[in-house]
Amino acid sequence: MADRERRSTPPFGGVFVSRSQVLDGDDVRRAIWRMAHEVIEANHGLDNVVVVGLQTGGIPFAAELAQALEKIDGGAPPLGSLDVAFHRDDIGLRPVLPSAVTEIPFDLSGQIVVLVDDVLFTGRTIRAALDAVHSYGRPRSVQLAVMVDRGHRELPIRPDYVGKNLPTRRDEVVNATVDGVDLGEMLK
Amino acid sequence: MKHLLGIADLDASELDHLLGLTDHFVEVSRRRMPKVPALQGRTVCWLFYEDSTRTKLSFEQAAKRLSADTLNFTVSSSSVRKGESLRDTVETIEAMGVDAIVVRHGSAGVPTQVSRWVSASVVNAGDGWHEHPTQALLDCYTIREQLGSLDGTRIAIVGDIAHSRVARSDVWAFTKLGAEVTLVAPTTLLPPSLDGWPVRVDQSLDRVLPHVDVVYLLRMQQERMTEALLPTLREYTARWGLTRRRVDQLAEKAIVMHPGPMNRGVEIAADVADLPRAVVIDQVRNGVAVRMAVLYELLGAGSIVVTDPKEIRVPEVNT
Repeated sequence: MADRERRSTPPFGGVFVSRSQVLDGDDVRRAIWRMAHEVIEANHGLDNVVVVGLQTGGIPFAAELAQALEKIDGGAPPLGSLDVAFHRDDIGLRPVLPSAVTEIPFDLSGQIVVLVDDVLFTGRTIRAALDAVHSYGRPRSVQLAVMVDRGHRELPIRPDYVGKNLPTRRDEVVNATVDGVDLGEMLK
Repeated sequence: MKHLLGIADLDASELDHLLGLTDHFVEVSRRRMPKVPALQGRTVCWLFYEDSTRTKLSFEQAAKRLSADTLNFTVSSSSVRKGESLRDTVETIEAMGVDAIVVRHGSAGVPTQVSRWVSASVVNAGDGWHEHPTQALLDCYTIREQLGSLDGTRIAIVGDIAHSRVARSDVWAFTKLGAEVTLVAPTTLLPPSLDGWPVRVDQSLDRVLPHVDVVYLLRMQQERMTEALLPTLREYTARWGLTRRRVDQLAEKAIVMHPGPMNRGVEIAADVADLPRAVVIDQVRNGVAVRMAVLYELLGAGSIVVTDPKEIRVPEVNT
């Protein structure tokens, strides 16, 4: 759940109330560290790897992942941000935040793009992101890193790197930040 | 927001929201493939009863970059010439299934009237001497881009204020966002009454120039000469034209704006229009992004209201 949902009015938003903490800040950092190793392993290094965070929830995780990659490998991968609002199939259901502007100041052609988001749920955001990425060139491959995979996919999309697999009910809400992952619900 | 009829109806936060949204579309316009599917399946109809090249092209480009379909209504080749009324025309267009109608008309208030007849969204693309809201938005965006903010910015609007819808929309937009506006014009080209206008008035361009951050020049319409509002165009240029000599009185960072089309040699000297501080081309470029933001706001963003989380009441929870 990102800032977008937090700030919109019910039924699309509300106030998140935590029922239980699944991961604390240290667990999140360790998971990101592991995912960074997996990214390097899968791509035999960081040549042509770029990290793109999805607005708004994926941004802090993308920054952390890029930092971990730099610490492990030495070189810092280019870091961008992507807002998929205009590519969604449910346009109008989520407000566009004026502050959450896309910033991809590099060509993605021939690059290995690692998309980073906080929570993978229906897969519709990622579908929109795959569409949006192609406005910036033709990447060699697109990979997906998510902090939490909570299931309930509605499209044939799967993550390449997962921080935590978390089975959930549909009506539950997952709040993932770099300070921890909470399972709870949204009060309208 | 359902319609965009005029800047006077909007408050500062709505203007800010539209300008913030414009940032997104400026980014889209810079992409390798500058097109998003946001308004796929939506139809926008241009209803232009007055000539326009740049506004219409700019709207057309905006709609296409949002993947909307467009319908073109050209008055000169339509049933309007057979005497069809505005209302019948509008209702016919709506019956074909359009989501937005962009209206330009020589009479003030036509877009507002149209918005009462149809369920589609209506955008005012200029009505008489009343308003031209998208021009004002792109002007605000350009000033923000060049100078950082409108708050406290000193702006002089120079020229034919009386017959200018751009001037009216700009005055509202600039002052709502915190700028100080001075109108500079011969008395014959000022509206008969400025009651309720949050502006200062000065007859002398030379007196105003050293103290402004933005000089906004309006197009001097040739047809005003026949109405005996001015002795000659040369006299206008001598007293109110932005000549090379006058540009030197401007502060170092001050910018020169013009809504176009420019009369080089009348309200703006030919070489002044080509100075780096003349941002006329930036205005045109931003016009496309601003119109994308307006169309997206009316057709795409739906009825979702973004609220401050503090305003949502949290019930007691037992954990």
